[in-house]
Amino acid sequence: MLKQIEGSRGMAEAIALCRPEVICAYPITPQTHIVEALGELVKSGSLTPCEFINVESEFSALSVAIGASAAGARAYTATSSQGLLFMAEALYNASGLGLPIVMTLGNRAIGAPINIWNDHSDAMAMRDAGWIQLFARDNQEAADLHIQAFRLAEALSCPVMVCVDGFILTHAFERVDVPTQGEVDAFLPRYEPVQVIDPADPMTIGAMVGPDAFAEVRWLAHHKQLRALEIIPEIASEFEQRFGRRSGGLLRPYRTDGAETIVVAMGSVNGTIEVVVDAMRAGGVPIGALDLCTFRPFPAAAVRDALRGARRVIVVEKNLALGMGGVLASDVRMALRGEPADVQTVVHTVVAGLGGRAITQASLGRVFAEGHAGKLGELHMLDLDWGVVEREVARMSENRRSGPTASNVLRDVGPSMRRIG
Amino acid sequence: MSQRIKFYQTGTLTAGNRLLDPETRAVQSSVDRSNALTSGHRACQGCGEALGARWVLDAAMRATGGQLVVVNATGCLEVFTTPYPESSWQVPWLHSLFANAASVATGVAAAMRSKGSAVRVVAQGGDGGTMDIGFGALSGMFERNDDVLYVCYDNEAYMNTGVQRSSATPPLARTATTPALGPEPGNEFGHGKNAPLIAMAHGIPYVATASVADLHDLEDKVEAAMKVHGARYLHVHVPCPLGWGSASDDTIKVARLAVQCGLFPLFEAEHGEVVRRTPIRQRQPVEAYLRLQRRFDHLFAGGRVDVERIARLQAIADRNIERFRLLTGD
Repeated sequence: MLKQIEGSRGMAEAIALCRPEVICAYPITPQTHIVEALGELVKSGSLTPCEFINVESEFSALSVAIGASAAGARAYTATSSQGLLFMAEALYNASGLGLPIVMTLGNRAIGAPINIWNDHSDAMAMRDAGWIQLFARDNQEAADLHIQAFRLAEALSCPVMVCVDGFILTHAFERVDVPTQGEVDAFLPRYEPVQVIDPADPMTIGAMVGPDAFAEVRWLAHHKQLRALEIIPEIASEFEQRFGRRSGGLLRPYRTDGAETIVVAMGSVNGTIEVVVDAMRAGGVPIGALDLCTFRPFPAAAVRDALRGARRVIVVEKNLALGMGGVLASDVRMALRGEPADVQTVVHTVVAGLGGRAITQASLGRVFAEGHAGKLGELHMLDLDWGVVEREVARMSENRRSGPTASNVLRDVGPSMRRIG
Repeated sequence: MSQRIKFYQTGTLTAGNRLLDPETRAVQSSVDRSNALTSGHRACQGCGEALGARWVLDAAMRATGGQLVVVNATGCLEVFTTPYPESSWQVPWLHSLFANAASVATGVAAAMRSKGSAVRVVAQGGDGGTMDIGFGALSGMFERNDDVLYVCYDNEAYMNTGVQRSSATPPLARTATTPALGPEPGNEFGHGKNAPLIAMAHGIPYVATASVADLHDLEDKVEAAMKVHGARYLHVHVPCPLGWGSASDDTIKVARLAVQCGLFPLFEAEHGEVVRRTPIRQRQPVEAYLRLQRRFDHLFAGGRVDVERIARLQAIADRNIERFRLLTGD
């Protein structure tokens, strides 16, 4: 059914159609509207049987989901940013125990300085936690990925994180086709756990493992991720057959035929990138784009195939791995290793949209043109005000007690957020 | 060190089993007990926690007809019972993390409710996992009145990591992080918290304290706890021969002295009010309790007795006796 609704509402309705039996909620912006909508669906009786639990922290939100999942219930929670870091220990635990929990991550920056707006720092920080990480490009895919996520999680007995850009998707009103209960039921069978804590068959779950077997257990978790690379496209393909639209999968090339430059990105920014690609193609520039839906497991072979033939790759990513550069670009470079020496592709990192800074067509067009012309450095900060940076560096070198950097920069930038847009 | 080996216990508190009606005999006296925590585990000799856990869970198993799931916090109890690939648990048992046993138990209870199952949930942990790192999760479980019995096995320090101080460590006790050095040796006065009283402040249906020194009392409390639904808390005092420096065969004796001197009052509370207390039958001085434990050695160093500091501890015990009316029990 077509609806003009907020992204969070669309996701909540899709999640409810998956018949979760336990939902735990702890509020953090911008994830709140999703769990609020789910709470309403449970309280009104339209989602039943389902226990909706208001917990006292994100750490407990995921812990409740762990207990529920281990007891054989389909469990769901959602978080963002600091909340994801607060539940970090439980993230590793859920994947280590092989519990098919599905969680929405409303992507948001991580402080300090505290910032509620969108970037991908949160998801990147937890990239090695053993969760499958899928990124939605729009609100339709955000809703659809949840339906696929439960199927995927339960097929592998592995938790899945659906990453949706905070505010840009969670708070945006768009057209969303919400499927019927019958359609989702036909696609998503009842949850049959591979392990369950049950008095009828007592088992010990969560035993201590020493040096004699730890490496094997960890490898098996990695093996699960590798299996996901095969299962994700199968599920996306079946989803397309049943629901009549493409959603999910490993990645989506856009006008990459004959492209000498290919832009790689994850999430909602792909919409903007494709508009810029269209404009540059119209101007005769051989450029294409690659929308990466699956970030963990990293589909290295598929990325390599999709980028084959390109001379330059521009990775646009919403995170800055301090002391390193971009996380996604590092993975893309790894994927391109193994290509013959004569086809070595140059990979540029463009860090954009940190803390919610707008990523405009104009800025992307400029940087893509520079990249295509071979004028882009290895690491480029999109729309960074170098004057602000240099003045603070100078203040710090002049005065030991130069004060908090965030306050100094804000004073320098001025009272308005005039640089946005 | 040579120790007396006791094949059975005598005395009025234990010899009664054979004289009692079959219905009132302890769960532990029955050959049909479930042995939820069975033999072969790696606990130290004389471990109070291993004893307490088996007693509590066997009683809970009987009370629920075996329809029980156990969630365990990280700690000694988790480590000594599940060295991979072995397990001493004969009940369905789930370990997740150190700080989240109460939340995981909430999740299990929610799953059971969602599925219409009558299976009950017990969460358990040591004093560190319960009163320190897991306290937020515990308080959340209490205030939501989730259908979980949480059992804290209180051995008054972080024993699994090598006897470091917790918020349950009593004043004066020597631990690895409160050494018996300087002008104020051992743990400080005025620190620490009373977890059962904080549990009561949540207004939950049932809170009780128990000791491995009194099997019948402990089993009765587990049974009482399993009769009601909602959040319940049982705080069990379990001596640790390793951490306390007591003899392995003195575990019950030390636990009993803690009760008899008033340092560990036994009581039950319903909805925030104390409704029953187990009276002290033979009151003992705190010093008798301290003398059996090397963690208090500094109070008796060089043949001198640190009368002043012992008196401060005695004052705490006296206040408990007065506050909980432990001499009369009414």
